[in-house]
Amino acid sequence: MSAPTKTYAAKNNPGRAQTEPAAVRWLLIAVALIFLALFLLLPLAAVFSQAFDKGLAVYLEALREPDTLSSIKLTLITAAVTVPLNLFFGVTAAWAIAKFSFPGKGLLITLIDLPFSVSPVISGLIYVLIFGLQGWLGPWLQEHDIRIVFAVPGIILATIFVTFPFVARELIPLMEAQGKEEEEAALVLGASGLQTFFRVTLPNVKWGIIYGVILCNARAMGEFGAVSVVSGHIRGMTNTVPLHVEILYNEYNYTAAFAVASLLAFLALITLMVKTVAEWKVRQQLENN
Amino acid sequence: MKFKQIALPLAAIAMALSTATAALAANVTLLNVSYDPTRELYTDFNKSFAAYWKSKTGDTVTVKQSHGGSGKQARSVIDGLQADVVTLALAYDIDAIAEKGLIKTGWQKELPHNSSPYTSTIVFLVRKGNPKKIKNWDDLIKPGVSVITPNPKTSGGARWNYLAAWAFALHQPGGNDAKAKEFVAKLFKNVPVLDSGARGSTNTFVQRGLGDVLLAWENEAFLALNELGPDKFDVVTPSESILAEPPVTVIDKVADKHGTRRVAEEYLKYLYSDEGQKIAAKHYYRPINTKIPTKLAKLKLYTIDDKAFGGWQKAQKTHFADGGTFDQIYGSKK
Amino acid sequence: MKLFKQHNNVLPGFGPTLGFTIFYLSLIVLIPLSALVFRTAGLSWGEFVSTVTAPRVLASYKVTFGAALAAALINSIFGVLVAWVLVRYRFPGRRIVDALVDLPFALPTAVAGITLATIYSPNGWVGRFLEPHGIKVAFTPLGIVLAMTFIGLPFVVRTVQPVVEEIDSELEEAAVCLGASRWQTLRRVIFPMLLPSILTGFALSFARAVGEYGSIIFIAGNMPMVSEITPLLIITKLEQFDYQGATAIACIMLLTSFSMLLVINLLQKWSRKYAE
Repeated sequence: MSAPTKTYAAKNNPGRAQTEPAAVRWLLIAVALIFLALFLLLPLAAVFSQAFDKGLAVYLEALREPDTLSSIKLTLITAAVTVPLNLFFGVTAAWAIAKFSFPGKGLLITLIDLPFSVSPVISGLIYVLIFGLQGWLGPWLQEHDIRIVFAVPGIILATIFVTFPFVARELIPLMEAQGKEEEEAALVLGASGLQTFFRVTLPNVKWGIIYGVILCNARAMGEFGAVSVVSGHIRGMTNTVPLHVEILYNEYNYTAAFAVASLLAFLALITLMVKTVAEWKVRQQLENN
Repeated sequence: MKFKQIALPLAAIAMALSTATAALAANVTLLNVSYDPTRELYTDFNKSFAAYWKSKTGDTVTVKQSHGGSGKQARSVIDGLQADVVTLALAYDIDAIAEKGLIKTGWQKELPHNSSPYTSTIVFLVRKGNPKKIKNWDDLIKPGVSVITPNPKTSGGARWNYLAAWAFALHQPGGNDAKAKEFVAKLFKNVPVLDSGARGSTNTFVQRGLGDVLLAWENEAFLALNELGPDKFDVVTPSESILAEPPVTVIDKVADKHGTRRVAEEYLKYLYSDEGQKIAAKHYYRPINTKIPTKLAKLKLYTIDDKAFGGWQKAQKTHFADGGTFDQIYGSKK
Repeated sequence: MKLFKQHNNVLPGFGPTLGFTIFYLSLIVLIPLSALVFRTAGLSWGEFVSTVTAPRVLASYKVTFGAALAAALINSIFGVLVAWVLVRYRFPGRRIVDALVDLPFALPTAVAGITLATIYSPNGWVGRFLEPHGIKVAFTPLGIVLAMTFIGLPFVVRTVQPVVEEIDSELEEAAVCLGASRWQTLRRVIFPMLLPSILTGFALSFARAVGEYGSIIFIAGNMPMVSEITPLLIITKLEQFDYQGATAIACIMLLTSFSMLLVINLLQKWSRKYAE
């Protein structure tokens, strides 16, 4: 999960010494492309071909269905809460970890990474164990009529957990690589701590942040396993888009299922496009300088 | 105290968030937590009940639906999913909820017919023209026949499948438990995929084209037939099968708290009315009211309370708990 | 935070940022995860051991870790190739391909699972060509490897890519000047530079694959002892209202993830030292 770092001005024309014979080059390109086509392009194509299987009208009809709309709304709400929280966390964590040295740093980084490799099934389960009726806080919550699991807060919590490391993991290596000389200089010149952060640090890691946010957002909108455990699957209320896809699929409504899935695929494509354009812009800027 | 300072606003927020409205209001919301194959049935039934309730009391009732594997749904209710009523695939799952004190014991006596307003059974869905000539359970263990069923450990429907096969073998001349186990083991040797739920299996059979025969709820088989193409599949009803009784009940704790007990009870009773029974029949369930016409074929049905099984608690322990006959079958199969 | 006094560091904000980091981490990750351990503590040691070493559970470890290993290996080979091609070569559509690599991150796992099953099942786009040759992908352990490869691919590419970008061309020129052939340069100069990032990518892709659930259940077949993954067993235990059994297996998985991540971070530390 490393960010596209500062080497935007990559060597565009490696000299003869640094490259392979044209035949080898094209062979490697071909192998890589075939592999990617098989693993990435084909699934993507399959989603869209099934979605438009019965024509555009059916496709739009599927998206206009009230339960679909409410699932889209829920997914947007979830992402809108999750992403800023994890962004704030990511930036603070990266600041503490990248700019300072302290004992137990390695352990802290590992713990931040943990949600990334915890099985989604477990990620959902832990919140049920705590907030569920049989869990630690369950009876108390029940008494006060507060719903966490099987309601929106539980879905948001599980999503925060799953996307927890994304921004932090993008930023830590980037901020480490940049060192702290620039910040120190700013401070010496009389800038306040926050000024230093916003004027010096932030511009330097802007693209890392954007990349982290994009990934965090995509994952937040697409998470299935963890959310499935805490959702309760109440139609029109606690179904997110990925859960709704599964439900439609299970109702033998394949076209609608893939139509809704294609929304997520669109989202994926748009995020990827934004990312590419952003990178390209920066590169241009660097070349003009 | 600090605690009170936090608790008060928290409670206020919670009340604002809370979606269940008080019973006195003219708008009532019920949550019906059900298993997978009942989606279409309850979509229809809820409309009919809402109209009935409106004409009777003037209140508007909205019934929210939640569907999933029967065991998973029961677990969600145990963990706090605010279901006013549950309509699950088997009594064992509702027993598990009762065990946690959310339902009064003896719930199954509250409504007629073991609290099962409709019944179903297990039949076969085969490819059009039945190329493998599958007529009865003993055809399923023939070599070269590929059988699709979900995993009995995760699917209520699959447990009925398993027990139906078991009952068939047991009632063959000279049948006993050992022979039945051998029969079921042979059957599962012919199973290439175990999906976690009934709908997953249907999708595997129908969409992926896997298997020669799908063991399914009768209502699922007919639904798949109608939804996915009568020109592609046939339903085969075996000579004998098991009587599946999907029970319904009010979740006492939740309904009392929401003040929805009356409407929840009426909701379930309406399932027993002529109108409710007709809707069940329309969706290929077997209505318990014999006056309601049904197109479903007659067959010999064993029940879970037969001596061979001794009720759900015992059947679950013997067959599906860890180390039960199902595990033994897969443990010995290398 | 006085404990870790920062010598020679004029930057402000260490206390609050570290404080918040630990607070948020505890709230979202550590306390919830500890619930898992406490639930398991209800089991005696003997029960715990017999739960997590039951034959079916052991078989699921084998399937899960075996498939994850295979997927991570495939990803390491092709991931490095893709990263190399994307950085070093110019061809039409390169940027689109580059963007597409992140697709598995962005595509919800359930959609991925359904789609892969659609493509590789015996009547699917690809499956129908494999079927006559006796190659079955969907509903076999091979399907698990496929799904895991799909979700793990970006990790290797995205870890290796920046390292390839940073390779100093002078090093290669120097190697050539010293008379090394292209192959020798690749093997002796470039490969060692890439190795730490390849290992990291491998480990990340492995770690991600081990926990994956959503995309796999649709394509695995889920046969006990053959193609049943460990997360599915956790679900299975839960469906039978066996919370302690479920949390026991979950604890084992958690421990595995944690140690794997620890190894990854050590690797990265080592690679940084190596680079200096």
